[in-house]
Amino acid sequence: MILLTDIGKSHGTRAVLTGITARFPRQSLTSIIGPNGAGKSTLLMLIARLAEPGSGRITLGGADIARISRAEYARRVATLRQFPAIELRLTVEELVAFGRFPHNRGRPTAEDRRATDEAIAFLSLDTIRKARLDELSGGQRQMAFLAMTIAQQTDCLLLDEPLNNLDMRHALRIMQALRSLCDDLGRTVVAVIHDINFAANHSDQIIALKDGRLHSSGTVDQVVTEAGLRDLYGLDFHILPRPHGRLCDYFTPKGEAG
Amino acid sequence: MDRPVAPAAGPGAGNDCRPWRRRGMGRALPGALFAALCLASLMVGAGRMELAQLTTFSGEAWLTLTASRLPRLAAVVLTGAGLAVCGAVLQQILRNRFVEPATTGGLEAAKLGILVALTLLPGAGQGVRMALAMAFCLAASLIFAVITARLRATVLVPVAGLMYGSVLGALAEFYAYSRNFLQGMQGWMLGDFSKVVQGSYEVVWLVLPVVAATYVFARRFTLIGMGAEVAASLGLGYRAMVVLGLVLVSATVAATVITVGAIPFVGLVVPNLVSLWRGDDLTRTLPMIAAGGAMLLLICDLFGRLIIWPYEVPVGLTGGGVGGLMFLFLILWGRR
Repeated sequence: MILLTDIGKSHGTRAVLTGITARFPRQSLTSIIGPNGAGKSTLLMLIARLAEPGSGRITLGGADIARISRAEYARRVATLRQFPAIELRLTVEELVAFGRFPHNRGRPTAEDRRATDEAIAFLSLDTIRKARLDELSGGQRQMAFLAMTIAQQTDCLLLDEPLNNLDMRHALRIMQALRSLCDDLGRTVVAVIHDINFAANHSDQIIALKDGRLHSSGTVDQVVTEAGLRDLYGLDFHILPRPHGRLCDYFTPKGEAG
Repeated sequence: MDRPVAPAAGPGAGNDCRPWRRRGMGRALPGALFAALCLASLMVGAGRMELAQLTTFSGEAWLTLTASRLPRLAAVVLTGAGLAVCGAVLQQILRNRFVEPATTGGLEAAKLGILVALTLLPGAGQGVRMALAMAFCLAASLIFAVITARLRATVLVPVAGLMYGSVLGALAEFYAYSRNFLQGMQGWMLGDFSKVVQGSYEVVWLVLPVVAATYVFARRFTLIGMGAEVAASLGLGYRAMVVLGLVLVSATVAATVITVGAIPFVGLVVPNLVSLWRGDDLTRTLPMIAAGGAMLLLICDLFGRLIIWPYEVPVGLTGGGVGGLMFLFLILWGRR
């Protein structure tokens, strides 16, 4: 479990995050939502240890993450940044194999090859495993990066807008893969998600940020309410119950649709 | 270095449309070419080398071979391999395909270092010159890495590097001028293998352990090329690795500039060609980059020795010409 206690972070004099206290339970999928500039990515970067919090404490399984060595942390927490600017000419297979670095420190073993194959199979990327990244579409690249993160075989995965720029099919495939990571493999997944409907229908828990502060958090039922979302995004929401979830309609403001 | 494809890799795995990926031919051909080039390099020269004499392991031909031709071959191969590997490492560290020691100020800084050693410690040996050249090169590379970390546009990096190099070069020239040393400096302005003889070139063997060390860390250098954040999230100490990479680059640059002088473009052209051909996974491509650099420089050196035989054109000139043309080709056709 990841526990955040009173986290603050500022860039210069501007406070980006203030007093964030939250918990990310084990083996669950937590979505971080909120408007642009709410501090979602910054929060994820703090958990990933790619930035240092200005104040507060983050613990992983009870231990302060600042005290865990970087090499050890990479075996427990995997991070996928938004738009990884990797311009290397690598094949999907080669890229995914780099996810094993925390375990083999550059000397791949048979187990690493097996983990690489598993991650590729998990996202059904077998047909493009020999293709070069620069030959792939944006969606395929994103899948390849996710496969690299999965090959890292960490208990915890942090994903910054994994659905960004994907078509509906790829977005759904990634979301289903994240769900399966939680349900079938017992991983803890934390993802910044912009699409409220993906967040509402696939998460166990949602954390909503606004202006660098915790707006609301809890189960989907607790956070995804018409009043709550209206306050969070400043938009009128119409939440339509569906047999297997719900649909948050914000496309047509209330009244206009009739 | 091809890894075997797992048999259960699925239907698409075997459909490799690139013929060069098939093993066997891929390695025998460059190997034979490399051997032929080495042999040619041994046979060419101003002096006549009687092959029959070689069997006696003594006499003039044997002396020519061991004191001049073999050292020259070793220097060419090591310099070519070393500079190409340098280029590949720098390109990963600076995340830019257009950098190499000549476009990051490294060569000029090494020259400045040698100059300082020669004027301040005139009695000092090659070791001191080597150390100072390396220290200057490392300092200049570190400064350049810090400067370019702020440059967003990739095209600007080599441009800034050329300017940076010119400033360092001007500094060196002014320093040489003020110490009345301008003529002595011409020696390493243009790379030249003609002065390589037994007893004067041995520093260049330092390139061998440096290339070996680079190969040991090849996977890490590829990771560095993915950027600080990806490297950090995979548990790699980014800064330490960047510094180590620059130390290795500086050692090669210093060793080659001291023995043969500045040779531009090898570090730029070879890694780019290999990257276009076989990708950027250095664990796989570094041996090809090293071999490619050695072969390119062997060809340039042979060319320089034959074109106005029995005289020589310095390799810095032929290498610069051939490398420059190939680089132009890369820009025009390679970057689709």
